[in-house]
Amino acid sequence: MATSEAPAAVRHRDGVAVIDLSGDVDRRAEASMEAAWAEASAGGPDAVILNFDGAGYINSTGIALIVTLLAKARAGGIEIRAYGLSPHYREIFEITRLADFLAIEPDEESAVRGAEGSNHD
Amino acid sequence: MTALTRALRRRLLGQGAEPPREAPALTDSPGDEPAPIDIAPNDPLLPYLQSASGAIDTEALELDSPALAELRAAGVRLVVPLVSQGELIGVLNLGPRLSEQDYSSDDRKLLDNLAAQAAPALRVGQLVRQQEAEARTRQRFEQELEVAKLIQQNFLPKQLPELAGWQVSAYYRPAREVGGDFYDVIPLPDGQVGFVIGDVTDKGVPAALVMAATRSVLRASAQRLVDPGEVLERVNEHLCPDMPEKMFVTCLYGVLDPETGHFRFANAGHDLPYVKTAKGSEELRARGMPLGLMSGMPYEEKETVLVPGDSLLLHSDGVVEAHDPEGGMFGFPRLKQAVADYPGGGELIDRVLADLHVHTGPGAEQEDDITMVVLQRSAGAAHVRHNGAVPDELLAEFEVESAEGNERLAIDRVAAAVGSLGIAAPRLERLKTAVGEATMNAMEHGNAYQADRPVTVRVLAGGDTVRVQIADHGDAAGESEAEVPDLEAKLAGLQRPRGWGLFLIKNLVDEMRETSDGGRHTLELALRLEGGDDGDE
Repeated sequence: MATSEAPAAVRHRDGVAVIDLSGDVDRRAEASMEAAWAEASAGGPDAVILNFDGAGYINSTGIALIVTLLAKARAGGIEIRAYGLSPHYREIFEITRLADFLAIEPDEESAVRGAEGSNHD
Repeated sequence: MTALTRALRRRLLGQGAEPPREAPALTDSPGDEPAPIDIAPNDPLLPYLQSASGAIDTEALELDSPALAELRAAGVRLVVPLVSQGELIGVLNLGPRLSEQDYSSDDRKLLDNLAAQAAPALRVGQLVRQQEAEARTRQRFEQELEVAKLIQQNFLPKQLPELAGWQVSAYYRPAREVGGDFYDVIPLPDGQVGFVIGDVTDKGVPAALVMAATRSVLRASAQRLVDPGEVLERVNEHLCPDMPEKMFVTCLYGVLDPETGHFRFANAGHDLPYVKTAKGSEELRARGMPLGLMSGMPYEEKETVLVPGDSLLLHSDGVVEAHDPEGGMFGFPRLKQAVADYPGGGELIDRVLADLHVHTGPGAEQEDDITMVVLQRSAGAAHVRHNGAVPDELLAEFEVESAEGNERLAIDRVAAAVGSLGIAAPRLERLKTAVGEATMNAMEHGNAYQADRPVTVRVLAGGDTVRVQIADHGDAAGESEAEVPDLEAKLAGLQRPRGWGLFLIKNLVDEMRETSDGGRHTLELALRLEGGDDGDE
């Protein structure tokens, strides 16, 4: 159902920015995700991590929003990682090949460490 | 102690209760029961007795009262009012003392004490009798209602027919004072089906009996005669001679050919049914007098064709005549609009009931019986049998209004419909996402998010496969995503970020096919119940 309160909130830790997604990732999340990206990418973080732990339903419009973030990240030279995806949405990320362009980590610590390991291109 | 007493009846004015039949009477000897004296309601003696503080000497009282004169003539010397909680409930009438002396002040004190104790006891006795009488009346009334309800429910169809390509829904709720609504579904030769809705004037047991008779005659006539007009004519001839005075029956009878969608009907003064088509809603008119009024009446016969996606609402006047707290009726225009706006089938009934509830306000008692029957022709093509094997079983069929976010409703209802098939969780998730994407496409591309263009979803199970058909009002060409999404191209800005829907569907289900027929576009998703990839994450 609609989550009106900040569906995408930003935290900073260990040089990376974490975007905590909550509720449905669909058209209604668009403005919030754009704002979150602007905030997360502002300080030139080592990476931006998408936390899907609190996310519910993700539809194709939500996928398009993630593609938009990914395009912005590529343009800005920022790496994106993700964690907290359910097996089903992990499969969706594989079908759409999103998984080829963002590292899917099992949890937040791995996601943060992965960014510190910095073997990005 | 004393001599003469008389039972005295007081007429109870406008209290609706029976007068207390026997006030406590003290008589000097059996068989010497004097006739009771009636006090007229406007006799000035009444207010006097009501406010008197004790025993009253009839000789000393100066009052222009016929009752007082009558009491004196009967030899009554003392009248002791019995007053309970300010209400005069009886009197003790005493003749002269046997000793022929006047009543002493001690006597009067004794009488006052006696009256003070007798009055509440008498009052309790009266109340108990009154309540017993009321309870008996109420019980008789409830029993009658119960009988009427039983008769009526016994004659309603126990189950609705399952017709391939059709959804038949019905709702019947009697008012507390059971009215005479009824509906019936009659199987006819050649796979045709007769539909009846009717309303007997009057309520309770008489209406229920006439309803039962009408239904029986109608059933018998429907088997022998083909034309709906002829059937009503015959029923009218049967009912007229025995119809109780001031009673009649309104009734619509129609014959549906489920193969072709032809619906032939005749109407004996019943509320006009509404048919919902792609263009909106309209009444189905046919002239005819109510049944049981006059013999020799002709019944006009009309015909309409219900095409896929159409639905027909038969209804009773309990719907349009429901009042709001200010006395405004729900009315025909509102019902007609509801038929145009809402999806058909059972959902139409649910939505009309919800509107009715809003109209009458919370807690309002239902005034009249409410009956609705909906015939909905499925939007998709007729059932297709796959592999010539087991025919598909229709697990669910419903409509979803084209509004943003409503794909979630489709997902939930499909998930519920396939719940018993034992699909492993990962495959079920794929089906859900595919259904959501297909519904979004249908709402957006096929129906342009127009509220009057719902998406129709059917869930079928056959063999080892579940099929979900999602139909909209668009044409196939317009809604396929033109390009295969390529993430690299999207990231490079060569493709728009969107356009994942069909691609996802194709990759999530085992088979996807599109069909188009006469302004309906259907996407069918097929998913095997078990797949070799069930072990996947």
